[in-house]
Amino acid sequence: MKKTVLLVDDDPDQIFQVSLYLKKWGYEVVALESRKEAENYLEGNCPDLAILDLMMEEEDSGFILSYRIKQCRPEIPVIITTAVAAERGISFDLNSPESKTWIRADHYLEKGFRMEQLKFVIENLLK
Amino acid sequence: MEKLSVLVVDDEAGIRSGVTRILAGHSVSFPFMDDDYGFECLEASTGEEALEMIGSHPPDILLLDNKLPGITGMEVLEIIQQRKLDISVAMITSYASLEVAARATDDGAQDFIPKPFTPMELKASIDLISKQIFLKRITCKMKEEGKKIRYQFLSVLSHELKSPLNALEGYLDIMKNRELGEKMEDYDQVLDQSKHRIEGMRSLIMDLLDFTKIRLEKKEDKIERVNLKERASLALSTINPMAIQRNITVLNKGGDEVWFEANPSDLDIMLNNLLSNAVKYNRDNGVVEMSVGKKEGTVEIVVRDTGIGMSDQEISQLFREFVRIKNKQTRGITGSGLGLSIVSKIAELYGGFIQVKSEPDKGSEFRVILPVQ
Repeated sequence: MKKTVLLVDDDPDQIFQVSLYLKKWGYEVVALESRKEAENYLEGNCPDLAILDLMMEEEDSGFILSYRIKQCRPEIPVIITTAVAAERGISFDLNSPESKTWIRADHYLEKGFRMEQLKFVIENLLK
Repeated sequence: MEKLSVLVVDDEAGIRSGVTRILAGHSVSFPFMDDDYGFECLEASTGEEALEMIGSHPPDILLLDNKLPGITGMEVLEIIQQRKLDISVAMITSYASLEVAARATDDGAQDFIPKPFTPMELKASIDLISKQIFLKRITCKMKEEGKKIRYQFLSVLSHELKSPLNALEGYLDIMKNRELGEKMEDYDQVLDQSKHRIEGMRSLIMDLLDFTKIRLEKKEDKIERVNLKERASLALSTINPMAIQRNITVLNKGGDEVWFEANPSDLDIMLNNLLSNAVKYNRDNGVVEMSVGKKEGTVEIVVRDTGIGMSDQEISQLFREFVRIKNKQTRGITGSGLGLSIVSKIAELYGGFIQVKSEPDKGSEFRVILPVQ
C-alpha cells in the first residue's frame, strides 16, 4: 500500500513542486496550506510522514504543528522545511535541553533543497 | 530602584565614611527616567587598593582623591583610561588647580569636587554624573535597537527575495528534467506560475526602491504646492487598465480643488499603492471609490473598495513590513508586503496618519489624514 505524506506549506509553488516529486516517488500526498487545516486533518487521519513549513500563519507554525503531532503520534517522522533559518538566526540545535522539550522534529531542510536530498531524507526516516 | 555602585578613594577615613553616609540616603530622579538611581558605596584608602577593587568589580562611579599615599589619583585615572573601562570619574582634591583639572578632564574625568565640600556639593556632582550615565545607557540601547531593526529588515528581505528564486529554480528543474512529459502544453501551469513569481519579485523590487527612497530622502528637498485632485486623477488613470481587466469600476468622487505642500512623487506613491490595493483585493465587477478633500486643517485621501475585507486581527498586522494577509482569498495575488508600510511611512513623514475600516467579504476603507502646513 502507498504511504501517505502530509505536506503543509503556505507557498502554493512549494506545494506544487514537492507534491509532484512525492507522487513520482510513489507516495500518496495530502497537501494543506495552513496549520489549522493540518490540525483538522490530523484529528481523523494518520499520515506516515509529515513535511511542514516553518512559517505559515505564525512565525513558528511548523514548530507548533510538529509539537502537536509528536505529542499524540510520536512515531510519525516530521521534516521541517524553512527558508528563514540562516537569516533569522534561528538555531536548530537539537541538543540543548530547551529545544529538546520544544522542538520535536526529525529533520530540518533549508528551502532551496534539492529534491534528491528530500527523497533521501524521507527514505531514511521511513526505513 | 536601581543601584549605582560608587567607589570612594581617599586616604582620609573621615571623608570616606562621610561620603558613604551622605550617598546612602541619596537618590537621583529625572523626569525622563523610569526608575530612580540609588547608590551603594565601597571604600578604598589607596590608589593600589582601588585598582584592585576596580579589577574585580568595576564600579559605575569613582570618587577619586588626587593626593594619595602611593600612586596618585591622576595615575589611577590614566590606568582606567588605558584599560578603556566604562567608569564615570569625579576627582576630589584640595589642590583643585587648573592644571590638575585640565589633565584630569583630558584623561576622562567627568567632574570635580573641591575639598572641603558640603553634602550639597557632593550630591550635585553625583546627580550630574548619574544623568550622564543614564543618557549613555539609553543611547547604547537605542543604537542596539536600531541595529536589531535593520538586521530584521534585511533578514526578512532576503527571505522574500529567496522564496521566488527557489520557486523558479524548482520549476526550471521540472522543465529541464521533463518531469511533466514531453508535450509543451503540459508545462503551461509551470510557466504561468513562474511568470507570476517573477512579477511578484519585480513589484517587490519596485516597492523596495520606494521604501528606501522615503527612508533616505529628506522631504524638504522637493516640496512644492501640489494639486492633490490632479494627482489623484493621474493615479486613477494609471490603475484603470488593471481595473478594466476585472470589470472593476473606479470612481473619482473628488470634490473641491485641494492644494497640499509635498513632494509630488511621495503623493503618487501613496495614491498608487492605495488604489492598486483596492483593485487587487477587490472582487470581479467590484467598485473602487476615491476622494480627496479638505477638513478642518487637514486633507484627507479616502479609498474605498468592495473587496475581500479583513478581520480585526488581520488589520492589526497590516502596516508591518513584509506582512501580507494570507488566506484562501489572497493567494494568487502578488504583492511585496511593503505597500501599506510605505503608505503609512509617507503619511508619518508629513505628520499624518492612516486609518482603516474593514469588514470581511464587504470591503475596506483606507483614509489618509495629513495636516495642512
